[in-house]
Amino acid sequence: MEVTQVLFNAQSIDGTVRKNAEESLKQFQEQNLPGFLLSLSGELANEEKPIETRKLAGLILKNALDAKEQHRKFELVQRWLSLDATAKSQIKACLLQTLSSPVSDARSTASQVIAKVAGIELPHKQWPELIGSLLSNVHQLPAQAKQATLETLGYLCEEVSPDVIDQDQVNKILTAVVQGMSSSEGNTDVRLAATRALYNALGFAQANFSNDMERDYIMRVVCEATLCPEVRIRQAAFECLVSISSTYYEKLAPYIQDIFNITAKAVREDEEPVALQAIEFWSSICDEEIDILEEYGGDFTGDSDIPCFYFIKQALPALVPMLLETLLKQEEDQDQDEGAWNIAMAGGTCLGLVARTVGDDIVPLVVPFIEENISKPDWRQREAATYAFGSILEGPSPEKLIPLVNVALTFMLSALTKDPNSHVKDTTAWTLGRIFEFLHGSVVDSPIISQANCQQIITVLLQSMKDTPNVAEKACGALYFLAQGYEEMGPSSPLTPFFQEIVQSLLTVTHREDAGESRLRTAAYETLNEVVRCSTDETAPLVLQLVPVIMMELHNTLEGQKLSSDEREKQSELQGLLCGCLQVIIQKLGASEPTKYVFMQYADQIMGLFLRVFACRSATVHEEAMLAIGALAYATGADFAKYMPEFYRYLEMGLQNFEEYQVCAVTVGVVGDISRALEEKIVPYCDGIMTQLLKNLSSNQLHRSVKPPIFSCFGDIALAVGEYFEKYLMWAMSALQSAAELSTHIAGDDELVEYTNSLRNGILEAYSGIFQGFKNSPKTQLLIPYAPHILQFLDGIYMEKDMDDVVMKTAIGVLGDLADTLGSHAGSMIQQSVSSKDFLNECLSSEDLMIKESAEWAKLAISRAISV
Amino acid sequence: MAPHDIRRPFKRAAISDQQKRRELSLLRQAQNRRDAQQQARCLASSILSLQSAAPESQPEQSDIELETVPEAEQESEAFSKDLDVRQASKLRGPEVRKWFARQLMLPEWMIDVPDRLAQDWYVFARPAGKRCFVVSSNGTTVSRQRNGSILHHFPSALPAGAKIRDGSGSAQSYCILDCIFHELDQTYYVIDMVCWNGYSLYDCTAEFRFYWLNSKLEESGACNAPSHYHKFRFSAVPVYNCDQSGLHAAYTGVVPYAKDGLLFYNKHALYQTGNTPLALVWKDENCSQYVIDTDGKGEIPSQQQVVLELQDDRKLVTSDDPPVLFGCLDGDIIEKSGLHTGNLLRFAIGDGGLSFVDGKLEKADLIYLGKSNRARAFADSYSKVLFQFMVRHSPLKIDDLLASINSANDQEKTPSDIEMVG
Repeated sequence: MEVTQVLFNAQSIDGTVRKNAEESLKQFQEQNLPGFLLSLSGELANEEKPIETRKLAGLILKNALDAKEQHRKFELVQRWLSLDATAKSQIKACLLQTLSSPVSDARSTASQVIAKVAGIELPHKQWPELIGSLLSNVHQLPAQAKQATLETLGYLCEEVSPDVIDQDQVNKILTAVVQGMSSSEGNTDVRLAATRALYNALGFAQANFSNDMERDYIMRVVCEATLCPEVRIRQAAFECLVSISSTYYEKLAPYIQDIFNITAKAVREDEEPVALQAIEFWSSICDEEIDILEEYGGDFTGDSDIPCFYFIKQALPALVPMLLETLLKQEEDQDQDEGAWNIAMAGGTCLGLVARTVGDDIVPLVVPFIEENISKPDWRQREAATYAFGSILEGPSPEKLIPLVNVALTFMLSALTKDPNSHVKDTTAWTLGRIFEFLHGSVVDSPIISQANCQQIITVLLQSMKDTPNVAEKACGALYFLAQGYEEMGPSSPLTPFFQEIVQSLLTVTHREDAGESRLRTAAYETLNEVVRCSTDETAPLVLQLVPVIMMELHNTLEGQKLSSDEREKQSELQGLLCGCLQVIIQKLGASEPTKYVFMQYADQIMGLFLRVFACRSATVHEEAMLAIGALAYATGADFAKYMPEFYRYLEMGLQNFEEYQVCAVTVGVVGDISRALEEKIVPYCDGIMTQLLKNLSSNQLHRSVKPPIFSCFGDIALAVGEYFEKYLMWAMSALQSAAELSTHIAGDDELVEYTNSLRNGILEAYSGIFQGFKNSPKTQLLIPYAPHILQFLDGIYMEKDMDDVVMKTAIGVLGDLADTLGSHAGSMIQQSVSSKDFLNECLSSEDLMIKESAEWAKLAISRAISV
Repeated sequence: MAPHDIRRPFKRAAISDQQKRRELSLLRQAQNRRDAQQQARCLASSILSLQSAAPESQPEQSDIELETVPEAEQESEAFSKDLDVRQASKLRGPEVRKWFARQLMLPEWMIDVPDRLAQDWYVFARPAGKRCFVVSSNGTTVSRQRNGSILHHFPSALPAGAKIRDGSGSAQSYCILDCIFHELDQTYYVIDMVCWNGYSLYDCTAEFRFYWLNSKLEESGACNAPSHYHKFRFSAVPVYNCDQSGLHAAYTGVVPYAKDGLLFYNKHALYQTGNTPLALVWKDENCSQYVIDTDGKGEIPSQQQVVLELQDDRKLVTSDDPPVLFGCLDGDIIEKSGLHTGNLLRFAIGDGGLSFVDGKLEKADLIYLGKSNRARAFADSYSKVLFQFMVRHSPLKIDDLLASINSANDQEKTPSDIEMVG
């Protein structure tokens, strides 16, 4: 097959030609995969072929080795591994050969493909000669090949995990890379490739960073590279420093003074991309120290793995002035530009992180800057001063901040209405929001808002909601936190007298012509939601009045016909906001009997609207509408059954949505809501639901975070339908059992431990639901065969000693449920189990009341079971 | 290898409102799941307490011994009730509400005077008002009436009864109180304590429960005047030993509430759900406005009215367990009025009245009036029908009660075991 022509045609402007070409490529691939891949690699390696077809050949090759979706990726890996060895080695030879091509695009494409192949083969101990041959290239070949080889090593380090490559090879890679980036390397492209490669290789350098000499060498070369005349190299070198700051925080002490000097120079003098990375270095150090100090949790036992070196505290006197300077480098209109990111923004963000890291110490360093600049004629100075103030509101203690805020509040309120500059108003509104977020509410002893200024604050904020969209959005945000601070203030809220006016103003904002800008409409609805959430009984009648208003808005979104895809997207977004608002209202009104009773008159109509929202889309369901339906089902109870015939297909559609796993997860939660609401009336829908849930569990396409809630959902269903669950028992138990086996032993990072605990919790909730559901039915004996395994599972997680409190509570509850439902059958099994007694006693003496409560219950149930 | 993006959120809250909505939903679902499981377990606990009910059983075991059998004897007769409870535990939706209403211990009406009144019984004046279960948990308090519906949802000073950040950690605990809500002074009068601060008192004798009630309720601050975090005042009622002076005090003593009869509690009885002969109610005109049942309009009908449940085989029965048969309904009426099994029906008792043979009801002259009010959850109990019948014909008087105490003083009767059959 003449692959060059086909590859040409595949890039044709003529759609028919393109389509035919794609079709024949597909056929070729299906009929003869090794031949297909071989001709692609041949095309890529052939210096006589045009660059366009060589690049495309490389791209198709790369896509044949990797995919975004996990399941697809897995298939491709398996396919490559089972490919004929001769073909593979020919392909690999072509790829390596391309690295010395004079054509840079061909080299670069080959680098990426080689890394993909390495990503598959190295973990299987295949292609052992790869790294050796790459390294020999570095020392022998002309500059362009050297550059391509270093680039390949960089990609390779990105693809494979450090444990796949042995230390000896790591050492060689690092040596080659660091030599490539040193100032003795004359070729700029080589030096750049080496610097970027180091960024990826840093994760492999654990051992080398523990060796003082090697670490000194690497750090010296990186620091030198930050001074290179080539801006791209300086930027890449700072990227390396940022990465080092998080990966090797604990090794930084000897270098921190030098790094401060380098970064300070870059921030003040260098080009923006470099300066941004230099600031990021300090933001990243803040992230590290905030994490470490949080982990200390106040008690300095010294047990923490990584000690805090207080780099930020030490650098504070120099760091803060440097960051304050950056605040004055704002760009015009940066507040209107969603994508803007400049040195002033980076500096301000870093200042906020510094405040969180050091707390009170930052205040005296920033206050003079605020005082000096806040009233200056130049808007940049006023904005910078305001931003500085807003930045330090999180971190320092309320005692330190409240005196400042009490002085500043009046000034801010006046600036928000009177300052002639929109940036200043934007930042002022944001700062007010931060004041309310961190210094207002029941956590603060001396309130900053009194009856006297509450009225003024609200008047100013509502006034600002008529300002330009970006200012109005920040004013909404401030109102959000103002309302939040009054949550749980008892039966009477200071906002009550203004409730009607606030709601009206927010609704007016949502109707502004320009509400689509600066996410103003979203902010207005979010604030409305918070105002409703934090409302009290006094304003319940007003919240009720809001129901038909929001329903009408939602109804209006359904009127549009024949929408363009752009309009459709906007419609869907607006529907999301309105469904979200209704969800909040339903939850609020559903929480107390009298309001729920009145609200219920709208239930039919609201459900009708939700169903029409679903009908707007063909293949997917609307997440917000689904969430709202969950709330409605909870409020409606068993009467929800009447909506099921129409609603069911959307429920199924939601469960099938693997792509948007959030939607799938939300739908699983709603199945739980509906089970509890309908109880045995859910039976007619159980076949469909259970089939889909089991399918989801066995799929490797579904995001793993959805699996624990699916198990919990089994429990919800079982509890609702009781012995009717028999139909699904075998399948559910086998899925639970295999998941249980997987989740007994954890080895991995914190994230994996957390996931495993959530998986265990899901499994245990399923067992609880099943046992309680079957209780007192004549079919409890069906559960007996599963009991030994469940007890073994409980033993297993008890022995591992790494379960969290939630799992502990659920687990001891399962022990009780098992004893309760199986009675005397369980007695002897429990007595024989390895750790039941210890586990129970440990739970009984737990500090956690929830665990204790579950344990008391288990004790009662077990003592019954063994006494019969 | 393009430069790596280092953009950070600028002037933005760390969490989106949508994410907040998702999280709040998850929180609510987790809470509801916990409630559902808790409910299932509570049903279980009551079965257990029924099965193991024996007056001498220990309220708390110090530690569990998996190797030994803590309760040696097991009375098979004690299971006679669990058929009912088992059925109840399978009920769903409104049926559960109905069943939950049965979680209250319901006194029988006193149709004859129990033995050993002075030794084994307490007496107190029942406050007039709505009988309800008050449950505090997770920072809120809910009161449920006998028919299962919610009366109030409010913050209270009971443990776990309000969201207060006092760091006491009691937010995860709960209380269940048996109360009467007295409209006039908006006070919950606590007549019994079922769970306190997470500890179940189901298995404790009335003697212990009343002692606990009196010491704990005051301590908690629940008896204080209402405030933001404590919407209604709670109060204990004065309880007396049912001897001459105690009975007199309960009957004539001044209390801050309107009285609605006297309640008698057997000191050794555990908290038993549903109708029980170990708690009794008695009324006369002096201590209650509501001696004779009124109809829907609040008037006393000329003929006594009763509400009975229609069963499968056209039988009309009381709410007792086992139910007492009052007669059969004509197939005609069932068809004409579209009645179903389980319907609660209202009847008048005709001139034929009730006739008894050997103390057992033999015949009742029933006149069908129609279906009962929908709010009714149960049929009348046998003791209620009989008490009402007696009130109209030959009431049990306070003097009879006093006389019974006096005569008991004279001749000490043989003590009898208390059988927990409910």
